[in-house]
Amino acid sequence: MDFELMINSFPKLLNAAVVTLKLLSISLIVGLFIGLLFAILRLNKNIFINKFAYGYSYVFRGTPLLVQIFIIYFGLGQIDSLRSSFLWVILKEPYWCAIIAFALNTGAYTSEILRSAFQTIKPGIIEAGKSLGISNKIIFYKVQIPIAIRQSLPAYGNEIILMLKGTSLASTVTLMDLTGVAKYIISTTFKPIEVFIVAGGIYLFMTYIIHNLIKFLEKKYSY
Amino acid sequence: MELLAFGDTGWGDELFRATLMTIAVSITAMLIGFSFAAIFTPLKLSKFKFLNLIANIYTTVIRGVPELLVIYLFFFGGSGAIMFVASMFGYNEYIEINAFVTGSFAIGIISGAYSTEVFRGAIQSIDKGQFEAAKVLGFSKFKQFYKIVLPQMLRLAIPNLSNVWQITLKDTSLISVTGLVEIMRQSYIAAGSTRDPLFFYSFAAVLYLLVTFISMKLINKLEVKYSRGY
Repeated sequence: MDFELMINSFPKLLNAAVVTLKLLSISLIVGLFIGLLFAILRLNKNIFINKFAYGYSYVFRGTPLLVQIFIIYFGLGQIDSLRSSFLWVILKEPYWCAIIAFALNTGAYTSEILRSAFQTIKPGIIEAGKSLGISNKIIFYKVQIPIAIRQSLPAYGNEIILMLKGTSLASTVTLMDLTGVAKYIISTTFKPIEVFIVAGGIYLFMTYIIHNLIKFLEKKYSY
Repeated sequence: MELLAFGDTGWGDELFRATLMTIAVSITAMLIGFSFAAIFTPLKLSKFKFLNLIANIYTTVIRGVPELLVIYLFFFGGSGAIMFVASMFGYNEYIEINAFVTGSFAIGIISGAYSTEVFRGAIQSIDKGQFEAAKVLGFSKFKQFYKIVLPQMLRLAIPNLSNVWQITLKDTSLISVTGLVEIMRQSYIAAGSTRDPLFFYSFAAVLYLLVTFISMKLINKLEVKYSRGY
């Protein structure tokens, strides 16, 4: 055990963990909106809209995240019209490519979580709202969404942790996140176990915080 | 389309072999995972707090740390660890382990953590009366497990195991970083030499979807088979 290396690499890895957290939080926020949008599309009665939303979540849940990142980072740059458009400013950056891939991926999982939450809402609650003369729109925003969010908290907590682990793939497109820096230190010092303990410890600490945060929210919003 | 031709002119046969490799690694990893689960599930359900702790450390660490980091640990540390053991027996030459073995072992350990949780959940949801009945009938522990626990556990575990299979299958894409030629690595090579990454990575996505789709169909059949009588 090389304790000196462990102590020396700790601040470097901690700095890299900030990158990981940034990637995670931006993709989660964007992914939540995508997920909500597609969950609503899934509940639409129009069969085409419905099938489109299902296809989206099927494709993104059925393929590895690595493929998705590579398609966006390496693949999209090949389209000439895209290269000359304003989008290229975003798509040439590995940072934004990774975030787009993460957001689309977590959006697919989130849409499934929210869809099943919407479907488990008892029809009686919506009927109660209707009989009180509340408009459908307000029922949706004030009744259905809050209940769905509460219902989906435990599953969404798991999704956050899966996404935290998913951000490690950013290192494959040259980003120096926690895993990227860990790999760099391992390949220069050839001390995989020490680095794994420190980097893994930081990941576990983050998982622990997320886990307890979700637990706290579940308690707060329980009914 | 000529990019996918079989033979020397296209990448069809290479990608086909790569798909078989992905399936082979996934199955091997799944089986390694089952053997880990066979060790850690009893520990999780044991009465001894210390054994519980060991199993909990295993599942928590593996499920809380990115797969890629675990793979790097094995990729960079695997041959070192084996050489260390070999040096204790007086063998000091350089030993290189094959990428297939490292890869399936790394993914297997990850998959094993998920399988352990699935089996634990399945055993815990078996009705307590079943164990008591087995005891009353004078079944030995061994017989109790094979005749009573296992068949009921499998029925409960299969839907969740199919999730573990999907996770494992997708995780195998990560061992492309170790150089094992599976779908992802082959697409990377093909994309590099044809300068057509969009096509090859999209095709890789299609291959993964195809494997998932077919395996889900097979697992559904298995599920029906084990739910007979319910």
